[in-house]
Amino acid sequence: MDRYRFRSPLGRAQGLGSAKAGFGHWWTERVTAVALMPLSVWFAASLIAHSGSGYEAFIGWLGSPVTAVLMILLLIALFWHAALGLQVVIEDYVHSGAKIGALLATRFVCFALATAGIVAALRVVIGVWAAI
Amino acid sequence: MERLSSEDSRPLSPNIQIYRPQLTSVLSIANRITGVFLSACAVVLVIWLVAAASGPEGYSRFNGLIGSWPGQILLLAATFAFFLHICGGIRHLVWDTVHGFELRQIYASGWLVVAASVGLTLASWLTSFLIAGQS
Repeated sequence: MDRYRFRSPLGRAQGLGSAKAGFGHWWTERVTAVALMPLSVWFAASLIAHSGSGYEAFIGWLGSPVTAVLMILLLIALFWHAALGLQVVIEDYVHSGAKIGALLATRFVCFALATAGIVAALRVVIGVWAAI
Repeated sequence: MERLSSEDSRPLSPNIQIYRPQLTSVLSIANRITGVFLSACAVVLVIWLVAAASGPEGYSRFNGLIGSWPGQILLLAATFAFFLHICGGIRHLVWDTVHGFELRQIYASGWLVVAASVGLTLASWLTSFLIAGQS
């Protein structure tokens, strides 16, 4: 497909899009998606590998520094991606006065959950580290 | 602001109620629905981390909820939604590189997404059952 077919000659000459701030949103959604692929597959595979294992074995995995780093990266990418995606869903389907409130609430909840998850992950690492 | 009654009854585009569902449109909306559903699952992920950090009792209480029938059905739905969203996401990333837009390619990649999601969901649960059975 000719990717320039739909652009005006002036637009092509300027080499600029019309998206303004929209490009940053679009691009960040893709960056977080690419980051989430290895992170979420690692997470799912780890959960499957710990099927039926007890608390001690499980916390030994969750409390290792490598797991903590990957878990925190997963939480950041996940809630960033979720915030961007939910924003588009709200912008597309909510047209009442609740739109601004819904957008703000989504963003706040995503930040709060990411922070809570990071603190919990760190707490497990520090707990395991303090027990040694 | 008062709205005219004729304004309210105007048709909105696209008129989804008169469209026959197609693979393309179903997968498009499925990517959104699974995205919203997985966002709700991300809340459970944080609750799970907090439960694990709170100690053995909190962790076993959470495991009890997940181990129940409704919990297992939700986990199965989450697994399928996860794979459908990630496979659909890869399809979108390929489209972003301006590839695969021929109608035949769109249907082929669409059915591949469905087949891969079902296959990966079954494979994940089978592996999980095998590992749980060994321990």
